[in-house]
Amino acid sequence: MNYQIEKNGNPFEIKEKKLQKGKWARVITFLMLLFFSIFALVPFYFMLVSSFKPGSELIRYGINLKLQPEIMSLKNYFLLFTGKEGIYLHWYKNSVLITFFQTLVAVFLSAAVGYGLAIYRFRGRNLIFITVLIVMMVPIEILMLPLYELIVRLRIIDTYAGVILPFAVPPFAVFFFRQYALGLPRDLLDAGRIDGCSEYGIYFKIMMPLMKPAFGAIIILQAMFSWNSLVWPLIALRSNEHMTLPIGLSSLITPYGHNYDMLMAGAVLSVLPIIIIYILNQKAFISGLTIGAIKE
Amino acid sequence: MSKMKKTLVSSFFSSPKIAPYVFVAPFILFFLVCYVYPFIKTIEMSMEQIFGFNDVTFIGFDNYRRLNNVHFFNALKTTTAYTFWTIMVLIPLPIILAVLLNNPATKGKSFFKSALFMPALTSVIVAGIFFRYSFGEQATTLVNAITGLFGMEPRIWLQERGSAMFALVVLCTWRWLGVNIVYFLSGLQAIPQELYEAAAIDGANAWDRFFQITLPHLKPVIIYVVTISIHGGYSMFAESFAYWQTHTPGDIGMTIVSYLYQMGFNDFDMGFASAIGVTLLFIVMVVNLIQLTVMGFFKKEVN
Repeated sequence: MNYQIEKNGNPFEIKEKKLQKGKWARVITFLMLLFFSIFALVPFYFMLVSSFKPGSELIRYGINLKLQPEIMSLKNYFLLFTGKEGIYLHWYKNSVLITFFQTLVAVFLSAAVGYGLAIYRFRGRNLIFITVLIVMMVPIEILMLPLYELIVRLRIIDTYAGVILPFAVPPFAVFFFRQYALGLPRDLLDAGRIDGCSEYGIYFKIMMPLMKPAFGAIIILQAMFSWNSLVWPLIALRSNEHMTLPIGLSSLITPYGHNYDMLMAGAVLSVLPIIIIYILNQKAFISGLTIGAIKE
Repeated sequence: MSKMKKTLVSSFFSSPKIAPYVFVAPFILFFLVCYVYPFIKTIEMSMEQIFGFNDVTFIGFDNYRRLNNVHFFNALKTTTAYTFWTIMVLIPLPIILAVLLNNPATKGKSFFKSALFMPALTSVIVAGIFFRYSFGEQATTLVNAITGLFGMEPRIWLQERGSAMFALVVLCTWRWLGVNIVYFLSGLQAIPQELYEAAAIDGANAWDRFFQITLPHLKPVIIYVVTISIHGGYSMFAESFAYWQTHTPGDIGMTIVSYLYQMGFNDFDMGFASAIGVTLLFIVMVVNLIQLTVMGFFKKEVN
């Protein structure tokens, strides 16, 4: 950490010893970051390599990172389409549709709520905002039994609607949109009113376009959350054809028939779309996360 | 006539007095349906013996008395230990890595940042597939092979209490390290650079600068990360599910939410499972309050 000043061209004299120390610090920094990056990436590499090998290899030898061209093929990927009557395709379709609808509903509703809380002064505004903050603190897992009872009563068990309902207006997204909308120019509100726009016209035609970066960040975060979510879909979905990818894949973990062949290839294809979106759009992933950490 | 009525209605809804309520209505409705109703319902259920939705008897606090059993205490211990260890690892380690990444002299930063964040993109199940087999029992599996290099005997990692906890914390670290690094990096970038320059002129060394400037300025971010770690730790279920599904031999790796899930959805003992849920909510609230008080969160609000 010593070299920071030297690098910045600090006018103070640089001693030979200090330079030497800086070099070592740099090497250790590099090695540490390299170690943890390898730790982060090895599972991805393993999954990719294993997805081309027969599942029996994994059962017999456990984790094996070697490339073995003699036993590698695309067979597992073909099996995803044909194995178990193509159930994998059902899971994929369910995951895509649930992610799409959940994100659409969550973003549309929470943006409106966040905007309303930020722009207008009205009775109950603070109470509602405090409620949003408190709800953010309550783990939804605690309520999974009564929510299960609720979707049974509403007859939406084992449907997409049942999966979406408890996440229809995610408090974290409301919080994010409110923080963002606080920065919108309020003069536009008055200008819009003078031009004869209704309050909703102002929101949809003037303000929403200005909130585009916020929409980008929340769409990505919410989509990632929906795509990967496990606990609630596990409860809300009952039949095998209605399962999503995480639940479907977890049901393949038992070494039976061609399960393992499908497991690895299936896992790779389930991660792939998110990694592609991430590589194309890293900034949006990160800006969505950090809003919570730095308040005010 | 009807046209006039229509314009009256629409002008009512679009008046600046009413519009804010229309905007926030989705949240109010959502809060009532998905939080208030379930919350009241779960308290009611926790005082009932339930055999199916139409066969219900009121039994008072009996379900809470039944919490005094060895499985619940095992689950409570596991969950508390898991929360404790994830905080012990996932605060200091990402702070160190964020400081290293924030240094202008560090090479290959954008690669490291992208690589470290990648695990956060996966589902627990996908991560679990890898770690399940890494912690497998044969001597050739990844973790046994690594510990073997240091002359240690192969272990049955996922069947012993201590090593099972280790496996859970490793899985959690893998998935969340990058996310916490992002939080701390954003905190570091908010620290004014002049503070460091002034300190350097005063002759402060790197340690002084870290403890006198960096850490105090990261405090709000640390509070935030501890809060979400308590939230995530006490409601953890997916990681345990990825390793052991819902059957855990000898309660190993069983968290409070796994216990709730087992009781509610495997044994259909809905009343007792609700009592577990209400107790967990109470625990999370108390732990959060203690944490925020200790960290001096409320003191700051008063000033």
